[in-house]
Amino acid sequence: MAKIQVEHLTKIFGPRPQQALRMLDKGASNQEIRETGNAVGIADVSFEVEEGELLVVMGLSGSGKSTLIRCLNRLNSSTRGHIRIDGEDITRYDREQLLALRRRKVSMVFQHFALFPYRTVTDNAAYGLEIQGVEQDERRARAIEALELVGLKGWEDSYPRQLSGGMQQRVGLARALAVKSDILLMDEAFSALDPLIRRDMQHELVSLQRRMKKTIVFITHDLDEALQLGDRIVLMKDGRVVQFGTPEEILNSPANAYVERFVENVDMSRVLTASSVLHRARVVAFPQDGPRTVLYKMNEENYTSLLVVERDYTLRGTISLEAAVEAARHGKKTIENLIEETPVIGPDDPLMSVINTLAGWRYVLPVTDPDGKLLGIVTRTGVISALAESPQGEGAAEGGEPVIDAAAVEGSEHA
Amino acid sequence: MNVMIPKFPLAHLIDVALNWLTTHFAFLTKAMSHGVSLVIVGITDGLLWLPPWLLIAAVSLAGWRVAGRRVGIFCALGLLFVWDLRLWEATVETFTLVLISTLIAVMIGLPLGIAAALNSRISRVVMPVLDFMQTMPAFVYLIPAIPFFGLGAVSASVATVIFATPPTIRLTALGIGQVPADLTEAADAFGSTRRQKLLKVQLPMAMPTIMAGINQTIMLSLSMVVIAAMIGAGGLGGNVWQAIQRLEPGKGFEAGIAIVILAMILDRITQRIGRNSPATHAK
Ligand SMILES: Nc1ncnc2c1ncn2[C@@H]1O[C@H](COP(=O)(O)OP(=O)(O)OP(=O)(O)O)[C@@H](O)[C@H]1O
Ligand SMILES: [Mg+2]
Repeated sequence: MAKIQVEHLTKIFGPRPQQALRMLDKGASNQEIRETGNAVGIADVSFEVEEGELLVVMGLSGSGKSTLIRCLNRLNSSTRGHIRIDGEDITRYDREQLLALRRRKVSMVFQHFALFPYRTVTDNAAYGLEIQGVEQDERRARAIEALELVGLKGWEDSYPRQLSGGMQQRVGLARALAVKSDILLMDEAFSALDPLIRRDMQHELVSLQRRMKKTIVFITHDLDEALQLGDRIVLMKDGRVVQFGTPEEILNSPANAYVERFVENVDMSRVLTASSVLHRARVVAFPQDGPRTVLYKMNEENYTSLLVVERDYTLRGTISLEAAVEAARHGKKTIENLIEETPVIGPDDPLMSVINTLAGWRYVLPVTDPDGKLLGIVTRTGVISALAESPQGEGAAEGGEPVIDAAAVEGSEHA
Repeated sequence: MNVMIPKFPLAHLIDVALNWLTTHFAFLTKAMSHGVSLVIVGITDGLLWLPPWLLIAAVSLAGWRVAGRRVGIFCALGLLFVWDLRLWEATVETFTLVLISTLIAVMIGLPLGIAAALNSRISRVVMPVLDFMQTMPAFVYLIPAIPFFGLGAVSASVATVIFATPPTIRLTALGIGQVPADLTEAADAFGSTRRQKLLKVQLPMAMPTIMAGINQTIMLSLSMVVIAAMIGAGGLGGNVWQAIQRLEPGKGFEAGIAIVILAMILDRITQRIGRNSPATHAK
């Protein structure tokens, strides 16, 4: 079961929400509803967040992101639809249940930090625990633990105003972590930070989440950030979901022009992964192959090297044309001892790191799964054409079809 | 040959209403008055029982600790001067009156201000009443106070409370209203009850503003002392009132200067308390 299930959620602001709902059902536009004095916050939003997932909600200003995330801990009460957290419909919660939800299960990090200026860093981080009635000593210990987690050791007794923006948001994060809730809601939590600090915070958030297995709903209007962080992305416009999928899906097949416009300005090398430029390895060598067999296979495809795998496709390495020729001349039985150790990459490695690895290697790069089995290959041309084809490049690649043989590349590299 | 529109009998109506209230409730208010006057007399006597130099030293020390050396020195010199003018007793009486009035004003004003801040309906009722209370000339309160509380310090402090409470109410409501929305939201998001939100976030954040309100209340109380003297409240106001009646400008000025000194001491010290309160760490 998903951790959070949002079903047909609608939030209307204004004096006559029921009227607005009826208009919505008849297909009225947001503008028409606005003319009646109501405003559509979000309309018919559905999606799910899995346990331990980092879900990003993205959209332009006014698209309803904040309205949505504030419904998840009921800072906004929704007008229609359901939100289930661990299967329980929180839209039906009474006051007591709601307090328990906010204290134990869901905590929030705010765009402008929302720290209490008259409290020390530790007392800020301990706020949630204090509200729960945790004893002074224990809450101090747990607050300090959370502060260490976000790298604020040594600042315990400072006041927020003595900290830089990035550090203040770490306090905000620590305050949310200290209560050990399963779910973190982060509304543009990094938007007020300058770009370098922001990058740091993104990295730390990802690593924190890996360690702590939090379920995170993260809001941003920045696609780079969304792609950097999101396991999946909900893309919103005018209070509605326009696309819901992995970063990969959104980049490769934008659902409509709106998404496409969003995607236009992304630095593809950071967001594409190895799997998006992966080709099937059409021929491979086996360790027990003789040198002449290998030369024949190479000749057939006009390759200057082959990847060597076991029968179960566990990668062994690379055999080069020169090595095979040499072995044939000396009458070797197999290529077993001529296999060169080869760098490998995983399917989820970002293209940026693929490019780096490629730079230090002469032949095609194998992509393997975590068990070391060969999934396919990545070639220089493959990478370049993927980058050229991305919406960022003008006109994209001419040929369209990005399949370029490894041999062609290597041929030129040998020159 | 004008057609006269009959006069609306406002004065008569008010008198009738007050009469009715007096006959039915005066026994109650008189009893209260007795209690309060015991407190006032008790505090005054207690303070006067102390040797003046000791009290002066204590106040100066407090001024120095709270508001710095200059205020401390000012307290010492100012109060010694008052003592020298033979106005010590009157000053202590006035101080007690201000103290009691301010305490009552804060006890009424703080909860009302909080209620007005948290509930717009209460605010809509309270705010116009405050305007009324503040613009009505303070003398007017004295007249009905007498039948309820008798001549003397209690009636004076009742009139003073009515006149001086509005700033505390107003600025408490303002201070709480000005707490940034994202802080109250943060309090909500972590599951605070309304009470926790008030005590742990709204009041600490509003404290500098509330202290400014209390400071104004104190100043207004002081400004009432001369008026209060007209119904026998005594103190420095009594000296001024006497000087007016006997046409003794010198004596009038002496008492006036003592009032100014007392005002400045109270002002500097309470202002500083406001500025030192924790929420000012924000600035
Ligand atoms: N309290 C409110 N009263 C009336 N309308 C509101 C209220 N809050 C939000 N809205 C409306 O709901 C819509 C969605 O607003 P929301 O704040 O959720 O957008 P957002 O995506 O978070 O934008 P931003 O990136 O600017 O934060 C907007 O049209 C806004 O005008
Ligand atoms: Mg927003």
